Amino acid sequence: MAKVLVVTSGKGGVGKTTTTAALGATLAQMGEKVVVVDFDVGLRNLDLILGAERRVVFDFINVVQGIANLSQALIRDKRLENLWLLPASQTRDKDALTDEGVGKIIGELREKFDWIICDSPAGIERGAMLAMRYADEAIVVTNPEVSSVRDSDRIIGMLDSKTVRAEKGEQVAKHLLITRFDPARAARGEMLSIEDVLDILATPLMGIIPESQDVLRASNVGSPVTLNDAASAPARAYIDAARRLKGETIPMTVPEPRKGLMDLLLGRRAA
Amino acid sequence: MDAVARTRPKPIRLRGRSYVAFVFYPIVPIIEWLEEIDVTLRQSPGFFAGKPVVLDLSAVDLSQNAIAQLVSNLEQRGLRVLGIEGVDASRLSASMPPLLIGGRHCAIGQEQPKKPEAKKAASLLLDSQVRSGQSIVFPDGDITIVGSVSSGAEIVAGGSIHVYGTLRGRAMAGINGNLSARIYCQKIEAELLAIDGYYRTAEEIDAAAYHGPTQVWLEGDVVQITPLN
Repeated sequence: MAKVLVVTSGKGGVGKTTTTAALGATLAQMGEKVVVVDFDVGLRNLDLILGAERRVVFDFINVVQGIANLSQALIRDKRLENLWLLPASQTRDKDALTDEGVGKIIGELREKFDWIICDSPAGIERGAMLAMRYADEAIVVTNPEVSSVRDSDRIIGMLDSKTVRAEKGEQVAKHLLITRFDPARAARGEMLSIEDVLDILATPLMGIIPESQDVLRASNVGSPVTLNDAASAPARAYIDAARRLKGETIPMTVPEPRKGLMDLLLGRRAA
Repeated sequence: MDAVARTRPKPIRLRGRSYVAFVFYPIVPIIEWLEEIDVTLRQSPGFFAGKPVVLDLSAVDLSQNAIAQLVSNLEQRGLRVLGIEGVDASRLSASMPPLLIGGRHCAIGQEQPKKPEAKKAASLLLDSQVRSGQSIVFPDGDITIVGSVSSGAEIVAGGSIHVYGTLRGRAMAGINGNLSARIYCQKIEAELLAIDGYYRTAEEIDAAAYHGPTQVWLEGDVVQITPLN
C-alpha cells in the first residue's frame, strides 16, 4: 500500500530537501517505486538536488489547475528508473496550492507509487500545512540547536492536529532525523546533545546524519548524497535511516568525534 | 354637581397571546377511540400530563348530551378539555368548554425531559506532551499534564497546574483571582510562571537551582519556587 511521507521541520536550511532526495533515491535503489514531490512553490530546489532542473516542463501547479496531467509533469530520474520527481512551480507562490488540488494529486500518486515523499517548505504557512495535510508518516528534520528543536516541536504539534489523519482521530507516525550533527562540537557542549533533543521532542529517532562536506559536494553536482558517494558517512546514515523507515531494525550509532593525531599521541580522550 | 371629579375608568389592558395545544379528532365508534387513548396513556402515563387538549368534532356528529359525555370521559382520564372546535355553537351548553375557531397547524416540539445538568468538570487532563505554539486554557479549574510542556507552549488555568514532566513553557495558574493556586512540575525550566497575575520570568528563575520536582506558590505578592522534596 502506498505511503505518503512528509519531510518537514519548521525551520529552514536544516536539510529537508537533502533528506527527501537521499531517502527517495535510497528507497528507489531498494526496488520501491518512489515519487518525490516538491511543495516549495516559488522556491523550488528539489529539482536541482536531483539534477533534473533542465528537464522541467510542467509542474505541480499546472496539474492542480488542469493545464497538464500528472504523467506529463512527472520527471523520471536518469540514474534510477524507480525514482520520479513532481517539481514545484518556480513562478508562482504558495497561494496557488489548494487543499482539494493537493488531495486529488496525492490520491492519484497513491495509485502509482509505493512511496510519495513530500518535501515541505520551511515555515508553518500554507505550503507547509498542505505538504503535511495528507501524510501517513512524517520525518521531522532537526539540527541539534535550540531554534531548530523548538520549531520542530511546533511542527510535531501541528502533525498531531492539522493533518487529515489527526482530524480522523488517527496518528501520523513521526520519525525524528537529526541532521548536521557535529560530534566534535557536541562533545564540546556547543550543540545540543542527542539526549537533549530526544528529551525535548519525545519522538522516536530514525537516524543521525553527521555534518559533512559530502552533502554540499553532492548537491553541487545535482545528485542525492547517497548516489554521489554511497560510502560517505552521511550516505551511510541515510541508507540506515531508509532501512529503518521500511521497518528494519538497525542499531543506532551516535557519531563519535574523530580523534586528532595529537589526541592519539597524547592518549587524550574526547571530552 | 358632584364635588368629587370622577376619575376616568382605566381601560382594561388586553394582550393577544397564542398557545400550542394538542387537538383530538374523535372518530366513531367513540368507545373504541377512547380505548386507543387508554392504550397510549398506559404506555406513557405522563404523555398528556399538564397539557390541555382541544376536541375537534368535525369528523363526528354528536348531540349535546354525547358531547357532554365525551368531555366527562376525557376528564375522568385526567385530560382537561380547553375548548371544542368543528361543531355548531348551538350544540354546546354553557357548562361545556367554549367553542374555538381559527386554529392553525403548527409543529409540536417534543419536549425532552430535562436532564439534570452535568456538573462541570473541575479539572482538565492531558495525556500528551504540550508542544511549542500550543495554548491550553482552562479557566474552570486545574490542568494536569502527563508529559512535558515545551518551550513556546502556554498553560493557563483557573486553578492549579500539574505537569508530570519538564515545564519549559509558560504556566499561568489561578487566573481568576485564585491566590492559593499552585504550579507543580517534575522539573522546572519555565519561561514564565504566574499565579493570579504575579509572575516571574525565566531571568528571575534560577532553573539550575532546582533539579527535581518543584512547586510554585504565592506568598503575599511574591512568587515562591521551592523543591517538593
